[in-house]
Amino acid sequence: MAKYLLLKHYRGAPAAVNDVPMDRWTPKEISAHIAYMNDFAARLEETGEFVDGQALAPEGTFVRYDGEGRPPVTDGPFAETKDLIAGWMVIDVDSYDRALELAGELSAAPGAGGRPIHEWLELRPFLSAPPTVTE
Amino acid sequence: MTAPVDEALVRSLTPGVLAVLVRRGADFAAAEDAVQEALLEAVRTWPAGPPRDPKGWLVTVAWHRYLDAWRADASRRRREGLAEEEPLPGPVPDVDDTLWLYFLCAHPSLTPSSAVALTLRAVGGLTTRQIARAYLVPEATMAQRISRAKRTVSGVRLDRPGDVATVLRVLYLVFNEGYSGDVDLAAEAIRLTRRLAAVVDHPEVSGLLALMLLHHARRASRTAPDGSLVPLAEQDRSRWDTAAIAEGIGILRAALARDRLGEFQAQAAVAALHADAPTARETDWVQIVEWYDELARLTDNPVVRLNRAVAVGEADGPRAGLAALAAVDPALPRHTAVAAHLHERDGDLSTAARLYAEAARKAPSAAERDHLTRQAARLNTGRGR
Repeated sequence: MAKYLLLKHYRGAPAAVNDVPMDRWTPKEISAHIAYMNDFAARLEETGEFVDGQALAPEGTFVRYDGEGRPPVTDGPFAETKDLIAGWMVIDVDSYDRALELAGELSAAPGAGGRPIHEWLELRPFLSAPPTVTE
Repeated sequence: MTAPVDEALVRSLTPGVLAVLVRRGADFAAAEDAVQEALLEAVRTWPAGPPRDPKGWLVTVAWHRYLDAWRADASRRRREGLAEEEPLPGPVPDVDDTLWLYFLCAHPSLTPSSAVALTLRAVGGLTTRQIARAYLVPEATMAQRISRAKRTVSGVRLDRPGDVATVLRVLYLVFNEGYSGDVDLAAEAIRLTRRLAAVVDHPEVSGLLALMLLHHARRASRTAPDGSLVPLAEQDRSRWDTAAIAEGIGILRAALARDRLGEFQAQAAVAALHADAPTARETDWVQIVEWYDELARLTDNPVVRLNRAVAVGEADGPRAGLAALAAVDPALPRHTAVAAHLHERDGDLSTAARLYAEAARKAPSAAERDHLTRQAARLNTGRGR
């Protein structure tokens, strides 16, 4: 088994094929999209491949240490050009091919006009613990 | 023959059992661990042979667990040359110590999240695992939070009653920030508040209980089958729990009659006016504005002024609502959503759509975000839900 992080971007990913902002869809199309996403997660729970998933707010801040006794320095809100993560899902699957297959399914979620969004998702393997048998 | 364990009964006995151990001289943290072990033991063994006296059984088992731990600890101390007398099981005093436990678990030295966790475990009788699941954190994290909380209050002497307001804030948090898991935290908060109301005579306890009952009564109608939020005005009122509403209103009336108004009574009064309206159009918004005025006098919470702007918009029209909103800090969560709603009622649909989309970006929860995005979409595409 191998764990993968699926990242959805607010911005920073290449443009989707069906690239219409959500507030320009019809309410029905929004409902269909949300139902698809929920079904997807529920299906992965059933197959034993779902680990966790969360949505993130678009607002965020960079923070860093600024020396002894001083409050941390913040820089933000994020600049318009910054890559922005909208949410993530962790899956635990048998193979890289299975991870690709699932990411493809998620990217097919319906959008404007009820057609798939073809959204670009980022797929990142976890660095795993070292195996017991090494030779 | 096995019967399922009456979990509600076991949990309702928890604070009493814990109090007996503490009265016998056990320190709070060790006693609380022992009671938790006794609860787990009850769930394991009662199906095969339920005891005739459940509380007596729990006291006996918890006391034995406590002694086991005490002896293990004592033999270590003896090795270090610190001899001690073994504690004796004195008589079980017939005193209700529940109130004492509420105060301890909501002690002001605790952070809100610690007070919530400790209250749910020591007063509510929930297991660490159930609490962890309800708040979506790992069980080990919740166990740490609880044991740190117990250390924090271990030196607290409760020879005089605490401030009931701190207990009410903790119960309100349990009710309002319930997440998920197999435990219904809202129902649990109502149970604990009901129990508190039975042991302390205070109109704000009644006010909070009424507030919870009135909000809980509308729960089934608050989400659509697909999980999306249904705003108050669009809820199917035939699905409201009329028995809970009647109980909440009765409790509130009795509390208000005592003429010691507080924040929770005023909030419950607003909820009661909503619950009382047969249709959204028949809501008595003028009275609701008056209650928000009372609330603003009682607290300087800016959320009250935001909610008041919504009520003014209904009572005196959207222009008046927008004027009231102008005096509220725009950085407040949900400010933009309220502005969008008032602009829509004022007929300025393009401004409303823009503000709904902006409010969706600022939404604090996924459900609100989706709801606000739908509102923007409805106006942008000219289609209903």
